[in-house]
Amino acid sequence: MSENLEYLLALLIIIGSVFTLIGSIGLYKLPDFYMRLHGPTKASTLGVGAILIASVIYFTLKQDAISLHEVLITLFLFITAPIGAHLMAKAAIHIATDKVKRTEDYHGEK
Amino acid sequence: MKKLLPHPILTLILWIIWLLLNNTLAMGHIVLGGILAIIIPIMTSSFWPEKVCISHPKILIKYLFVVLWDILIANVIVAKLILSNKDKLQPKFLHIPLDIEDPVAISILANTISLTPGTVSCDLNADRTVLLVHGLHEENPQATIDEIKQRYEAPLKEIFESC
Repeated sequence: MSENLEYLLALLIIIGSVFTLIGSIGLYKLPDFYMRLHGPTKASTLGVGAILIASVIYFTLKQDAISLHEVLITLFLFITAPIGAHLMAKAAIHIATDKVKRTEDYHGEK
Repeated sequence: MKKLLPHPILTLILWIIWLLLNNTLAMGHIVLGGILAIIIPIMTSSFWPEKVCISHPKILIKYLFVVLWDILIANVIVAKLILSNKDKLQPKFLHIPLDIEDPVAISILANTISLTPGTVSCDLNADRTVLLVHGLHEENPQATIDEIKQRYEAPLKEIFESC
């Protein structure tokens, strides 16, 4: 494996870790339940995505055969993360969880 | 043919997933996966009373790329919002009136909204006409709603409802 490629892989893994970390910071820092949902649903998708791309490249080159089952992790994550968030939000609305006072309601027009 | 393959798209997806799970293209797995992909949709066909139909595969592929790109952008935007001053964020609940009626299209729209910039879908009202969405930082809610309707809902309407 060439040196440049290792730099690329390292870069991907670092980008992935940074976004996952930011997602976790969001989970810790944001003030109410609904806002905290945003961190893990989004920042972590790109984080995991970048790490998985690095994994695909590394194992494809190491085993001399295309390794694609990481794609499945991405697929399942993209399907389950929004559904999980949706159900948690629905449950939170149902039991009327506290929200930040400045949260406003806006009714959209067609 | 209809009895053997009640949901051809599901069959294809199951087949591809089986091969990806085993990470191989060996003949044995192609055959075994094919058999499973035919049997599973038949056994679960009562879970899928309505047929899912996709009328414009080209638009669907374009939609997937648009969404992937938006996920990339969304991550950067949300990361910035998270690291900014949390007291300046203006969260809002947006009630988005829906034009689409197909349940599959609505669930894909809700998933897309959750994955893209600063919005998480929270609830759908009982008659499936209004989607409740939470925005992390909304300064111009009507613009966000218009963008969602034009960028995601319009192509979904074409893909799932014109057949």
